[in-house]
Amino acid sequence: MSVTNAQNAKNDDDASRHPEPAEPALRPDSGVEKRRNLGVGSFILLGGGAFVFLFPFYYMLIGSLQTSPDTSIFGAFPNPANITGANYVQINESINLFRGLLNSGIFTGGVIFFTVIFGLLVGYALAQMKFRGRGVVFGMMLLVQMIPFQLLLIPLYVMIVRDYGLADSFLGMILPFAINSTAVFVFRQYFLQLPSTLFEAARIDGASELRILWQIAIPLVRPAIVTAVLLTFIGPWNEFLWPFLVTKDQSLQPLAVSLANYISNVAATASNPFGAILAGACVLAAPAVALFIFFQRQFISTNIGSSVKG
Amino acid sequence: MSLRSSEGNPVTGKPAGGPVDRRLGPRKRKNFLGPQPLGLLFSAPYVIYVLAVLAFPLGYAVYISFHDFFFTAPRVKVERPFVGFENYITVLSDPAVQRSFLNIGVFLIINVPLTVGLSLLLANALNRVTRLKTFFRLSYYVPYVTASVAVVGVWLFLFQGSGLLNTLLGPLAPAPSWLVNSWLAMPTVALYVTWKQLGFFILLYLAALQNIPDELYESASVDGGNKWVQFWNITVPGVRPASVLVTLLATITGANLFTEPYLLTGGGGPDGASASPVFIMYQRGILQGNPDVAAALGVVLVIGVLLIALIQKRLVGGKED
Repeated sequence: MSVTNAQNAKNDDDASRHPEPAEPALRPDSGVEKRRNLGVGSFILLGGGAFVFLFPFYYMLIGSLQTSPDTSIFGAFPNPANITGANYVQINESINLFRGLLNSGIFTGGVIFFTVIFGLLVGYALAQMKFRGRGVVFGMMLLVQMIPFQLLLIPLYVMIVRDYGLADSFLGMILPFAINSTAVFVFRQYFLQLPSTLFEAARIDGASELRILWQIAIPLVRPAIVTAVLLTFIGPWNEFLWPFLVTKDQSLQPLAVSLANYISNVAATASNPFGAILAGACVLAAPAVALFIFFQRQFISTNIGSSVKG
Repeated sequence: MSLRSSEGNPVTGKPAGGPVDRRLGPRKRKNFLGPQPLGLLFSAPYVIYVLAVLAFPLGYAVYISFHDFFFTAPRVKVERPFVGFENYITVLSDPAVQRSFLNIGVFLIINVPLTVGLSLLLANALNRVTRLKTFFRLSYYVPYVTASVAVVGVWLFLFQGSGLLNTLLGPLAPAPSWLVNSWLAMPTVALYVTWKQLGFFILLYLAALQNIPDELYESASVDGGNKWVQFWNITVPGVRPASVLVTLLATITGANLFTEPYLLTGGGGPDGASASPVFIMYQRGILQGNPDVAAALGVVLVIGVLLIALIQKRLVGGKED
């Protein structure tokens, strides 16, 4: 609204000041030139931004390969005399990287498993089935995404760790994240795009709902599954607070937790603590970054899609 | 035929055609639950999950905050007397809690405007370039998908006393260094979180920018409006709904701050100068075994965030709301 008002006001203003017919003919040219200049300005801004965003990752890799930490400006460049893989060995000796990656994988995999199975069911029901209470389920899905986790922290800890005795178990880790509501929303949106006549025809032919879902609907929404898996992946893979509270047993800790414990406790005793921390950081970051680069198109459409919900 | 008639009123599930349904006994019950009552069964696991793992604890948090609650071994029955607002009084009179709210205020004052401004500026620039667009988008998004625990490692390395940043700054380097300086610790954490989250917000703005018609820019440039005039008069009002969303999300994530003060400043140091409310919840509730006090802190925090969000919606959303 205010845009068009401002626009009109400016037009009036301009028309009164420049009544000459020759003026508008010249203006578009200057506009084009301005846009080109602006392109260069934007490019410098974006380039500077990209440097600020990527440099720490480059520095993470360089630092993880240094024999002794070099914090001078030259330390930001690869130096053949100062390269070693010893930091990776050192961090692996104190936190068992493979075990940590495996635990992160089980934790993340469990969340993805529950999200895909139950998310597809409820997403399909919300989009293509008509039943009493559908509006309530849909409203619930939207509201759940606004529940602040701070408020759940203490009651969930009391319930899961104290009452149900699920401390130091994967189930206890997975439970609060088990079904990602944003992924449910993504499934619903994709199923909604399929023509409902398709499902009506299948129902007339006597196919059961489960069969319709499995044989007709799911094969048509494969991209939705990729999107939902990616979207769900970064949550538990990067999560620190909850698994940190639930796991005291080192052999069950996801890599994010064991690395954090290493940073806050053990690092002081290592010969090159920063090298070892950065080596662990590289191992933790690599799977998420690789997955993201490989599937970047889906990642980005996912977030735009989930932003529409408002 | 029959399918079409049963479709009559899908939302209320009321029978569509009167006489036809009265003749078919079982159909009527089916219609009461809607044409596909199986949908209830398909939704059941999700609904049960939400009620048991998310909705119930929400109420439980409020219950805990009003009772003298302590940890017990599983399946042990103990008295947990109602204590009214006692836990809330304990929380609000705790200097560490007051300090943490002050800290989070400093955090939000730095983080939220910086996030809104930078993400809009970068999204606007990204919307205009044609070359290397994918590369730029990718590079902004990488910090967002990476675990905070991993990136914290590099920031510690960069911001330590003898780190690269202080080497570059030379005599201008602050003493004591960034993360151990009680004046700079919280701003540094705020800067870190802005950097980490910016990619996500750039994407939100990028989506919003697609909704602004090109004609507006064209006519503005015909009228001789320079890029700043265009930015302030077309772009900023055009993405206002997205700005509301970005402000709210940045505030909510900011209020949830835990990992960064825990790791970046070694547990909210120096001397509590970067402790966040969630960190205090962890300390009081789980380390010191006072879940009732921690739950009360959680309730106070959420109410505070809701109030701030309402004010922000008024300020950023403008008159339209």
